[in-house]
Amino acid sequence: MPATPTPAYTLDTVTDLIQPHQVHRDVYTDPEVYRLEMKHLFANTWVFVGHDSQTPNKGDYYTTQVGDQPVIQVRHTNGEICVLYNRCPHKGTKIAIDREGNTGKFFRCPYHAWSFKTDGCLLAIPLKKGYEGTGLDQTENGKGMKAVGAVRNYRGFIFARLADEGISFEDFFGDSLSSLDNMVDRSPAGRLEVAGPPLRYMHNCNWKMLVENQTDTCHPMVAHESSAGTAVKIFEDMDWPEDKPKPMAMEIIAPFMSPYEFFENMGIRTWPNGHGHTGVHHSIHSDYSAIPGYFEQMVEAYGEEKAKQILGENRHNTVYFPNIMIKGPIQQLRNFIPLGPDKTLVESYIYRLVDAPDQLLARTAMYNRLINAPTSMVGHDDLEMYERAQEGLAADGMEWVNIQRLYEEGEDFDHEAVENGTTERQMRNQFHAWVKFMQPQPATEQAEAAE
Amino acid sequence: MSFPSRDDLIDFIYDEARMLDEGRYDEWLDLWMPEGVYWMPLDYRQTDPDLVTSLLHEDQFMLRLRVERLNGARTFSQKPKSRCHHVIQRPFVDVMDSDANRYVTNTNMHYVETRLDDQFLLAITATHELTVVEGKIRIANKRVDLLNSDAAFGNIQLLP
Repeated sequence: MPATPTPAYTLDTVTDLIQPHQVHRDVYTDPEVYRLEMKHLFANTWVFVGHDSQTPNKGDYYTTQVGDQPVIQVRHTNGEICVLYNRCPHKGTKIAIDREGNTGKFFRCPYHAWSFKTDGCLLAIPLKKGYEGTGLDQTENGKGMKAVGAVRNYRGFIFARLADEGISFEDFFGDSLSSLDNMVDRSPAGRLEVAGPPLRYMHNCNWKMLVENQTDTCHPMVAHESSAGTAVKIFEDMDWPEDKPKPMAMEIIAPFMSPYEFFENMGIRTWPNGHGHTGVHHSIHSDYSAIPGYFEQMVEAYGEEKAKQILGENRHNTVYFPNIMIKGPIQQLRNFIPLGPDKTLVESYIYRLVDAPDQLLARTAMYNRLINAPTSMVGHDDLEMYERAQEGLAADGMEWVNIQRLYEEGEDFDHEAVENGTTERQMRNQFHAWVKFMQPQPATEQAEAAE
Repeated sequence: MSFPSRDDLIDFIYDEARMLDEGRYDEWLDLWMPEGVYWMPLDYRQTDPDLVTSLLHEDQFMLRLRVERLNGARTFSQKPKSRCHHVIQRPFVDVMDSDANRYVTNTNMHYVETRLDDQFLLAITATHELTVVEGKIRIANKRVDLLNSDAAFGNIQLLP
């Protein structure tokens, strides 16, 4: 038995909680581990902020969090997206409290009317003579709202690294960007637009349980038997004519009952730095009915070969470490926003494929509400599992959580690999990256400032 | 006096709420027209049910699935089962068009759902489109607006 680590954790000791085939339950429950994650892991990695279509016009802003840090995504006067800490440099008041809006050419703090350009630079302070000779201009506070360390707009998706220095966007994501590319390429115009507000679903569990579940292919046929299994049964009783297209809802929900073999054969791919996806060869999204006119539009835009290649890729869930998942084939993104060691807000966004038929978006909207809403029959059982796990982990009789399925000694996470679709390798990959990014990473600056 | 009267419509809304509270779901499903949709928007004053996300937008197949799932042996999130309670304000009858066989009511309710030690309250407005078939009032469509539809929720497992 490995020795049991004891709190309170520091950056040096926290990595004792991770072993190749198991992780200590404190990674899900301990407040100090959570604090270290927020301070280091979420600062050293590239974390999803929002989509640029949420802030299409100059002065448009949207408020969210990077880890536990309140931030504003704003379209600056020069058309670029800036990500600023949502805090007045004066007293700390949140500059924007609504979820979205337009601030015009500048932000104005509602408390003392300090104002800032939309890139954060201080614009004006009322009765400024009161600061003459006080040295305010020498302080960080006197410069304005603070921007995050680095921002990257990748094909409309905004990511931020809080740390001023660290791994570059390209080095962090590497070839995993192929999943985002595929999602965007599915628009004949090569562009996505956010479609309405996200579902917001509160989970009383640690954020990592949600991320792990995205590539957990041994749970759907068990946890979701009550919804997907019952759906299949009701449908069989309906005597649906074979030549009539299945209802869209059945196409979406029935594949959750696919047998183990289906998930084994779909494959899992892992990339360095904790990214990975299920559905290398096929997925629960592979057999959706064709939407009339769409393929023709894609051929027109890309040529037949490329169009077939784009639409032939049916990745199931792609995890971008640390805390989002995307579904390329249906243009969905789920953001697992940590609110505490045992509290996570899940925001599930959907996007419209620009220039594609509306039916595709209708199917995506249906998927989002059937599977990921707080009112979803599928989501209910997922949340039940997470919350039971969060409570069960209190049991002192056993302190380690097992992630050993299809484990092989000496696994190398620094190279891309494709394996059996039921492996827990992607979970191990995430924890490998978790250890790495708890520590500051050397700068590998590339073309981060671009775009 | 011809059927339905204003009181018949109002009684129907009360009866439906009671069915849901008492878990008489099979009876409740029988209230619906075959093409009826239960819609719970996600956005305040949402107008589009199809191209943005809703909390619920379910036809009779999905509602039947929902009801059967609640009674399933392996419905883990319903072990133990949730219970619910509607307190309803007297419905407004907004449309009373017997020529078109179309009636619309608007009802404010407080909906309470509970399971284990947790209980939550939702303030809702239900809009019922009703019609009469063979002397019985039926639900053609039902829209349920949550006052805080844009808030983050845990599981809402029954039918507000």
